[in-house]
Amino acid sequence: MTNPSARDLPAPAAQPRRPQLVCPAGSLRALQLAFDAGADAVYLGLKDATNARNFAGLNFDAAQVREGVAFAHRLGRQVLMALNTFADARDAEPWRRAVDQAAELGADALIVADSAVLADARRRHPQLRLHLSVQASATNCEAIDFYRERYGIERAVLPRVLTLQQVQHLLRHCQVPVEVFGFGSLCVMVEGRCALSSYVTGQSPNTAGVCSPPGAVRWDEAADGLRARLGGVLIDHYRPGEPRGYPTLCKGRFEVGALRHDYALEEPTSLNTLALLPQLIASGVGAIKIEGRQRSPRYVAEVTRVWRSAIDAAWAASQGSGRYSVQPAWDAQLAHWAEGGQHTLGAYDRPWR
Amino acid sequence: MMKRPDDMRIGLSVGPLLYWWPREALLNFYADLADAPVRSIVLGELVCSRRNEIRFEDWLAIARELRAAGKEVRLATMALVMSEAELRTLRRVCEQDEFAVEAGDAAALHVLSRLRTRPLTLGPHLNIYSAAALREHAAPGADRWVAPVELSLEAVGRINPAPSAIATEVWGFGRLPLAFSARCFTARHHRLQKDDCQFRCRDDADGLLLKTEEGEDFLALNGIQTQSAALQCLIAQGPALAGAGVQLLRLSPCGAHFGRVIELFDAVFAHGADAGAALAEMRRLPLPGRLVDGFARRQPGLAEVA
Repeated sequence: MTNPSARDLPAPAAQPRRPQLVCPAGSLRALQLAFDAGADAVYLGLKDATNARNFAGLNFDAAQVREGVAFAHRLGRQVLMALNTFADARDAEPWRRAVDQAAELGADALIVADSAVLADARRRHPQLRLHLSVQASATNCEAIDFYRERYGIERAVLPRVLTLQQVQHLLRHCQVPVEVFGFGSLCVMVEGRCALSSYVTGQSPNTAGVCSPPGAVRWDEAADGLRARLGGVLIDHYRPGEPRGYPTLCKGRFEVGALRHDYALEEPTSLNTLALLPQLIASGVGAIKIEGRQRSPRYVAEVTRVWRSAIDAAWAASQGSGRYSVQPAWDAQLAHWAEGGQHTLGAYDRPWR
Repeated sequence: MMKRPDDMRIGLSVGPLLYWWPREALLNFYADLADAPVRSIVLGELVCSRRNEIRFEDWLAIARELRAAGKEVRLATMALVMSEAELRTLRRVCEQDEFAVEAGDAAALHVLSRLRTRPLTLGPHLNIYSAAALREHAAPGADRWVAPVELSLEAVGRINPAPSAIATEVWGFGRLPLAFSARCFTARHHRLQKDDCQFRCRDDADGLLLKTEEGEDFLALNGIQTQSAALQCLIAQGPALAGAGVQLLRLSPCGAHFGRVIELFDAVFAHGADAGAALAEMRRLPLPGRLVDGFARRQPGLAEVA
């Protein structure tokens, strides 16, 4: 099997399968490079607040989605549209319009977090395939079942908070195929349940599709280093010569008790689950997602290429052909793109457990 | 159709205790609440399943006593349900039929819907940001909705305009629950593993204060939950609350002076006392943080009460 068909039927979730490789695209260029590098599917969003990477200069207009879908379908691959913020109480029209656009433009699935959007898509476009976004915070099989029974979701993307054991348990009890994060920036908070950014800036992933938005960032340069502020709040202080990061709120350095300059919540680090791929495949994970629609086309191309090789090797090994091991070249390549140059298995492994 | 003024009076509810207080302190706290001027009390452990000092049967016993004292009591399920053991606890809460349940996540909604248990409360961690989303979540039989804390009162009014069969409750007082993680930040601070956390969160009656490196109080670490260091306070927002159709104000327990906080809210919302004077007294109380109300005004949540 080379590529999954455009509408692969859901199998019982816990059967081993060759997981789909789902890669991010913030532009047509990134989409094309992702497919060239072996992505089975690409996910993208429109140029507005209807998706959780609502950054200036990023994302797709209708014509670009159409072109991207045509490109994908010529190769027998898929385009998934992220519509994963929460419709605004003042005006739900952008979300309604985005549902219509996904249907008209031929997206292979919509990735949705808001039950109102799920209901709307289900009612007006029953043929549209629905995936439950990570932003819906469904961390257990009962929660996933809520969305399956009410809206007929055909895949659920799991928040990055579960251990491998919990993912495996969930797969044994879940009737919906599951997508997990394989690589990329790490949210240490449960997705869809985090209001830290709006506490400081008034804008959050749920309400505006942004976290720690660039417009709220201020850099103060002084003799003793560089201070990064978000909404005026000091998030980090880089000493002279120290590499600077982006002041994502939960990855700043703070004071707690006697501890100073401490990553009290999370260090800037990226998730990398290459080492767990055999277990993820054996437990029946249906798709593996790469984070990073806001990253460069080159990031998308290189990370996709590594994951294509890794999934193919792990799948072949699971079918009795060869042995799987994480190639040093893969790790080196991914480390280059990791936040702070660091990797972690995140919650899957929980070294802090 | 206008409701009678009596029905429009904003009542007080006490939200679930979000910290781990020693058993004796917790029992005393709820014993005192029996005489407090609050309409509703929500009980249960919402944050961490490792906090095991008060068991399910204990919560039921507390609930019965408070009901006997005339309070309307509901039981909360956890906000972040990850393990099979946590799911078992959730099912147990949903399957008891003495008290209505406040759903902490979609799993609770699903179980309650299957059991046809109603009425139920839609807890503040369900993502309800529009009228249509409220309809979707309320379908299993909700008669009450606690708005997500980051919503403005203007949005709350749009989502559930009065009169409505669903009562709107908003976060009226207390540190704001801003995020949940699988990771325990209290254990991380003490350089302990989560599974060997030594229950250090018991040391912090109001969570563990996190400051910026300029010494500004910023957040509070409460196990796997991250809260604001500041306390939301809507005591002076009476007209905006009434305009948004709010029927219940949630007061979230804090370690000291909570009884006085209840009295001040009661004086303002049930007896027409001057909100400015009540606010001034609250500012003089040694509460664990400054008072903010930015979210209510569609501002960053940390914006101080004017």
